[in-house]
Amino acid sequence: MALARVVDVEGSGPRLPGAVMAVTADGEVAGSVSGGCVEGAVVSEALDVLATGDRRMVTFGYSDDEAFAVGLTCGGTIHLFIERLDW
Amino acid sequence: MGGVFDRLAELLVDEVPVALATIVEGVGVDGPDGHLLVRRSTGDGVEVVGSLGDPDLNRVVARDALGELSAGRSGVRHYGEHGEARGESVSVFVESFAAPPRMLVFGAVDFTAALVRVAKVLGYRVTVCDAREIFATTQRFPLADEVVVDWPDRLLAEVGADLRRRDAVCVLTHDVKFDVPAIVGALATSVGYIGVMGSRRTHDDRLKRLREAGITDEQLARLRSPIGLDIGARTPEETAVSIVSEIIALRTGRSTRALSATDGPIHD
Repeated sequence: MALARVVDVEGSGPRLPGAVMAVTADGEVAGSVSGGCVEGAVVSEALDVLATGDRRMVTFGYSDDEAFAVGLTCGGTIHLFIERLDW
Repeated sequence: MGGVFDRLAELLVDEVPVALATIVEGVGVDGPDGHLLVRRSTGDGVEVVGSLGDPDLNRVVARDALGELSAGRSGVRHYGEHGEARGESVSVFVESFAAPPRMLVFGAVDFTAALVRVAKVLGYRVTVCDAREIFATTQRFPLADEVVVDWPDRLLAEVGADLRRRDAVCVLTHDVKFDVPAIVGALATSVGYIGVMGSRRTHDDRLKRLREAGITDEQLARLRSPIGLDIGARTPEETAVSIVSEIIALRTGRSTRALSATDGPIHD
C-alpha cells in the first residue's frame, strides 16, 4: 500500500500533521488527509507512487481558478508525503 | 522498512508513546533507508529501530524526536547531511504518537455512561471511579478502559502525578462526601480540566464546603462548576456533548459562540 501523510500545514488547513490516508493498488482507501477537498487527487498520486516506488512530496494550495479542480477551498496549503510501504 | 513499521504497529496497539522520523525531502529521500523509530524504554534507555542513512543524522534526529514526543508535537525539521542543526539538506518529518489523554470520571451514574461513550469518540483513555461496588461495574460502562471501585482521593493519590494539561477530571457524583475529596484531590494535580456537576444550589453549597476544607479562591477558579457549556443539554448524552465541548474550548482558549456569529479563522 501507499501511505500519504500530512507533514506540514500553512494557514487554515482542515487536518493537522499526522493525518494519514492509505491506498492499495486495488484502489481501496482508508483514512483521509483533508476535509474531502483533495482526496481524489491524492489517490491518483498514491497509485502512481505504488506503481513506480518513487516517494514524493505533494503540495495542495488554494485554488480559485475553476480550471484547477483540485485545491483547498479554505485558503490554506498542505504538504503531503507519499511513500510505498514495503513490509 | 518492514522492521520499523512492524515495531510501530506493535507499540501503537500497546499504546506505548513512540516517534517516527521519515526523510521527506533532500538527501536520502530516494535511498534504501529513510525511517527511524524512537522511544524511551525502561530506565534511561532509548529504543531505536531503522536508519536515516547516516549515523550522525540518526543520533541527532533521535534526540530531537524524543523531545518532540514529550511535547506531543509533529512537524518537519531540517538538518545538514550529518545532522548539522543549521543545515537544510535533509527534511525530516517527525511524527509523535503520544499516549492518549486521560479522563477520570468520578461517580457511576447514567451521565457517566454517556460521557464515557463521547470521551471514547474523542480518543480519551477513560477511568470510571465510584466507591459503591454495585454501581461501579464494567457491565454498566462497557466502553470504559477501567472501572475502579475506590474513593476518589485514593485513586488520585495513585495516578494524580501523571495527569497533565491535556487530561480531564469530571466529577459527576452530586454527593458531598464523595465530590469534595475528588475535587480536593484533583486540585492537587496539574490536570487541565476539572468539571463538577450539580445545580447552582449544589454548587454554592459545595464552594462553602471546599473553602472549609482549606481551598483558596484561586484554586476554586480552576473549577468548571456547574460542568459544561450552556447549550441547553437535558439528556445524559446531550450533557456529555456539552462537557466535552467545554473541555475542547478550554484547551483552545476559543469563544464558545457559533462560528456563524463570529468571523476570523476557523482553524488556528
